[in-house]
Amino acid sequence: MKRKSKPVNDVILQTAAIIIFFIIVIFSIDLFFAGHYSPGGGFIGGLMTSSALVLLLLAFDSQTLKTVLPIDYRLMTATGLLIALGTSLHSIFWGRPFLTHAYDKFHLPLLGEQTLHTAIAFDLGVYLVVIGVTMTIIQTIGESE
Amino acid sequence: MSVLHLAILLPLLAAPFIPLFFWGLKRIHTGWFVLIVPVLLFTYFAGYMPTTSAGEVVTKTVSWMPSLGVEFTAYVDGLSLLFALLITGIGALVVLYSIYYLDKDKESLGHFYVYLLMFMGAMLGVVLSDNMIVMYMFWELTSISSFLLIGYWYEKERSRYGAQKSMLLTVFGGLAMLGGIILLESMVGSYSIREMVANQAVIAESPLFLVAMVLILLGAFTKSAQFPFHIWLPDAMEAPTPVSAYLHSATMVKAGLYLVARMSPVFQESPVWLWTIASVGMFTMFWGSFNAVKQTDLKGILAFSTVSQLGLIMSLLGLGAAALHYEGLDENIYMVATIAAIFHLINHATFKGSLFMMVGIIDHETGTRDVRKLGGLMTVMPISFTVAVIGSLSMAGLPPFNGFLSKEMFLKATTKVASMDFFALDSIGLILPIVAFIGSVFTFIYSLLIFTRTFMGKAKFELLPKTPHEAPVGMLISPVILAILVVGFGLFPNVLSHSLIQPAVEAIYPSLVAGGEEVEVHISFWHGLTPELMMTIGVVLLGTLLFWQIGRWMGIYNRIPHRLTLNGMYDGSLVWSNKAAYRFKDNYMTGFIRSYLIYIFVFLSGMMLFTMAWLDLFNFSFENLAEIAPYEYVLGAVVVLAALAILFMRSRLPSIILLGVVGYGVALFFVFFGAPDLALTQLVIETVSVALFLLVFYHMPDISKKEVRMRFKIGNAMIAILVGATVTMLSFMALSNKSLTSISEYYKENVYELAAGKNMVNVVLVDFRGFDTLFEIVVLSLASLGIYTMIKFRTTRRTKGEGAHEAQKQTRQ
Repeated sequence: MKRKSKPVNDVILQTAAIIIFFIIVIFSIDLFFAGHYSPGGGFIGGLMTSSALVLLLLAFDSQTLKTVLPIDYRLMTATGLLIALGTSLHSIFWGRPFLTHAYDKFHLPLLGEQTLHTAIAFDLGVYLVVIGVTMTIIQTIGESE
Repeated sequence: MSVLHLAILLPLLAAPFIPLFFWGLKRIHTGWFVLIVPVLLFTYFAGYMPTTSAGEVVTKTVSWMPSLGVEFTAYVDGLSLLFALLITGIGALVVLYSIYYLDKDKESLGHFYVYLLMFMGAMLGVVLSDNMIVMYMFWELTSISSFLLIGYWYEKERSRYGAQKSMLLTVFGGLAMLGGIILLESMVGSYSIREMVANQAVIAESPLFLVAMVLILLGAFTKSAQFPFHIWLPDAMEAPTPVSAYLHSATMVKAGLYLVARMSPVFQESPVWLWTIASVGMFTMFWGSFNAVKQTDLKGILAFSTVSQLGLIMSLLGLGAAALHYEGLDENIYMVATIAAIFHLINHATFKGSLFMMVGIIDHETGTRDVRKLGGLMTVMPISFTVAVIGSLSMAGLPPFNGFLSKEMFLKATTKVASMDFFALDSIGLILPIVAFIGSVFTFIYSLLIFTRTFMGKAKFELLPKTPHEAPVGMLISPVILAILVVGFGLFPNVLSHSLIQPAVEAIYPSLVAGGEEVEVHISFWHGLTPELMMTIGVVLLGTLLFWQIGRWMGIYNRIPHRLTLNGMYDGSLVWSNKAAYRFKDNYMTGFIRSYLIYIFVFLSGMMLFTMAWLDLFNFSFENLAEIAPYEYVLGAVVVLAALAILFMRSRLPSIILLGVVGYGVALFFVFFGAPDLALTQLVIETVSVALFLLVFYHMPDISKKEVRMRFKIGNAMIAILVGATVTMLSFMALSNKSLTSISEYYKENVYELAAGKNMVNVVLVDFRGFDTLFEIVVLSLASLGIYTMIKFRTTRRTKGEGAHEAQKQTRQ
């Protein structure tokens, strides 16, 4: 961060980063969605996504990242927690114990027959929290003098 | 809630209204409103006299905590009625006296009367409660209100010292008593004193009998200022004089006597009871009277004299237990001890109360209580002088005052000790009359000192802070009433014997009167040429001789160095325990986190090793172990070597890198052991944490960047090895002692049927055990918010710089 003032020509890094960023993001989304059947899940997925964001941070700088992705990561953490809590909580309205998941097969337009599981919503909460947490930590430390 | 309960609680109920009177009606002295309470109560309790003298008791119960066996049972028999009348009667006189003693414009009377009423209610509760827990509650309330009253002039350092001392000692005794109460309850199964008396045989057979007795007696001895706990009483004299007259002569210090008398039926069969109480009381009597002579403060003399008189009554209560070992009541000569105890209790309250009030008058009218400055007040204050002479001579035990009669009975009880043929009383018991005689001689001397030094001799009015004159009439009413009682009880001793003394004595010997017999109380003024009369004549002769030659032997008091006196020991022990606690604390609370870590680790492995040895768990079986593949050896060696190498690095950077090596090695282990999720997470997390380590390293201040190898300390190495060995052994043993099958079979079978998933780890995380995950993400969020606030706050403080620091300093001031 101290060398920020000195302009450096990072064309190769920046070009590669833009390409690799999308690969990593897609890989992380794959990890996230595959979690229920094969290794992966919200935690790894979230870490991978944030590592893609860190790559952008390295190739450009934090200001650029903020303008490209204007996200408040603390809000993201809170949203993730809310989603996880909401998924855990919904079952008590149907007279079930806290954190009882439900799943069923649905016929969706475009996607056809799919199994939907509330566990994926819970995992989404985990995913968002992990991204929020990692990015908050890295951003705060990075921007501090 | 009966009228009796309301009567007990009346002072406590009235106390909250006192400040209203104090602030609302400034023109009238608050004491006049307070006076109504004890007068009402006295007339109410006097109404019980016919009932108790007929040998009946009144019991009223209010349920308080029935599930714990705690009932507020009010119980009126002869003994409690006697005390209730003393409390309310002397209480009324003291309140009347205090109206003239305390200035309504200078003193905070609201406080004074609230404390006094609190004390009065507590004292009534103590003597009228049958349930020991309730009694204990009131008992501690007397300690607290006494503490508040002693420290009434809290600007004075001596007041605070005296209050603290009395609090420490009486609460110590009170807590010991609570222990005794709980032990007694465990034997009998009830907190009721009557139940305990009824089951006295059960208590006597219990192995904890002695412990319970000693604990109860500790409470009684500390409260009644018996040797060696008497030291708080002289220091309690810093209280206003009405308080000294009320609490520290007539009522509170008699709570211990009440307790001993009340518990007598439970314990008095035991020889230890008789011996402990009689000898402690007798020695207290001697020690108090011996020390009273050297005092120069009038209240100091009275304080030690109170100690001495309480010892006298205490020893009589102890000796009274001998009566149980004789059949019948007709020829029972030891009944006289208990009768004398009760009679002297009443007498002491009358003459000591009047003496204290007299001293208060002198203090009030001359400005000093120091006998070295006083003298020749006889002509100026004739009424006070008369009161003082009556009180002192009664205390000395001279006819025709009531003190003479009870002193004669006391001497009779001690001389009869030698003719008892049990508990070795006929041999060692011979000391008792001798000690009683010596104590009486000193009592005689200090009693003479009180009025000769104050009222006789040369007048030195110019040395006094005020010009002395006789006190106002209102102030004289109470002491004169008490002095009249002193003479009245002396001339007509039997007015009280049937109505008060006899029921009280019968309450102490329930087993003797069970057969329908009555205790005959007949106090005769002239009882023939008996040994005790000879002793009294001896006391007067020897006392006069010593009093005449007092200048010659006063020197013996200076022989004892201060450090060896009881006060010196008390002060020394306070200082010492304070210092010891500080030293102890300073030694182990070093403020270095490494010291605390040493305690934690040593304690951890110590406890573990002790438990392993205690339960004999050292069985290692290596049967069900898996094969170790060659690459696992290699990886293990790499991880161990990297971990060890961290210890020997000169610089921090290689240490961080090596830590990364360990982390990635562990991730590889996860791969080998078939945990892909763990491996993935471990890899990413390790990367992040190594990056964070590097960041911290990069920002370290230059001073600590100095590259020094970690210093080797043999103690730390030993602790590290100890902890490592303990944990290793523990895991081996846990592995060898595995007795239950794992729950994981269930997960394996149901992961698809119940949760529609195939990644078992993830299904467990979000479905079977999703609750843990929910709070783990909360932990993560908190950590990130913590980092955020920490850094943001630090930066704002740094930008504001010195200014913020200065502002903080100013707000602190």
